Amino acid sequence: MNKPFGSIVLDISFRYLVPFILMYGIYVLIHGEYSPGGGFQAGALLAIGIILARLIQGEESSFNISGDTAVILAGLGTLIFAGVGVISLIWSGNVLEYGVFPLNVHKESELHPLGILGIEIGVTICVAAVIIAIYDALTRRDDAI
Amino acid sequence: MRIVSTLLLIFFTFIVFYAAAGLPDVGDPNSAPSTHVSPRYIEKAYEEIHSPNVVTAVLADYRGYDTLGETTVIFTAGIATVLILRAGHKKSDQGGKRE
Repeated sequence: MNKPFGSIVLDISFRYLVPFILMYGIYVLIHGEYSPGGGFQAGALLAIGIILARLIQGEESSFNISGDTAVILAGLGTLIFAGVGVISLIWSGNVLEYGVFPLNVHKESELHPLGILGIEIGVTICVAAVIIAIYDALTRRDDAI
Repeated sequence: MRIVSTLLLIFFTFIVFYAAAGLPDVGDPNSAPSTHVSPRYIEKAYEEIHSPNVVTAVLADYRGYDTLGETTVIFTAGIATVLILRAGHKKSDQGGKRE
């Protein structure tokens, strides 16, 4: 493979670091209701994993997200958050009232973690995509000169 | 003009410090926030939200609308930053290609 820079040390440490960072990000997201963490922190972790991959392997990194895609993803994350609010509006509740989702559970309160997970997925996508988009805009400037 | 703005700054600094003296101490159990909403959240959060993490329950459920605003702010700030950073690049790039 023809790489702009990078050595065996970077490649090997990349292989060990990035999967764990990404997995930890997803863990922080999914476990957000039970432990410290949540959408914002998980988004920062996922973005760091992708930026690290891009720092070491460059533009042709295997899971690179381009700046334009990142901007679209940021909007999509905000849309998911607002969409969860609209879903509860459709089932005749207030905005972001998770108790009205039409699922069979024992108690109404068991629906709340589902709603929290839904909005935190939106927050995570938005935060991660915004960080990647800013990084992309910063590095793109250097390419032009 | 300089003297006026300096006097205004001194005046507002005095007001801020005067008002800050009237705020409740951090962690005061008898202050208004500690007696009004905090006990309600701490007592009812697990019962109503079914989440042992009270911070997440307040952030994402009781104050979900607030978090929606926060996410929109982050999105808007990111879009604005990307637009500003790309604006200079595009101009110089086009100029270089034409000449």
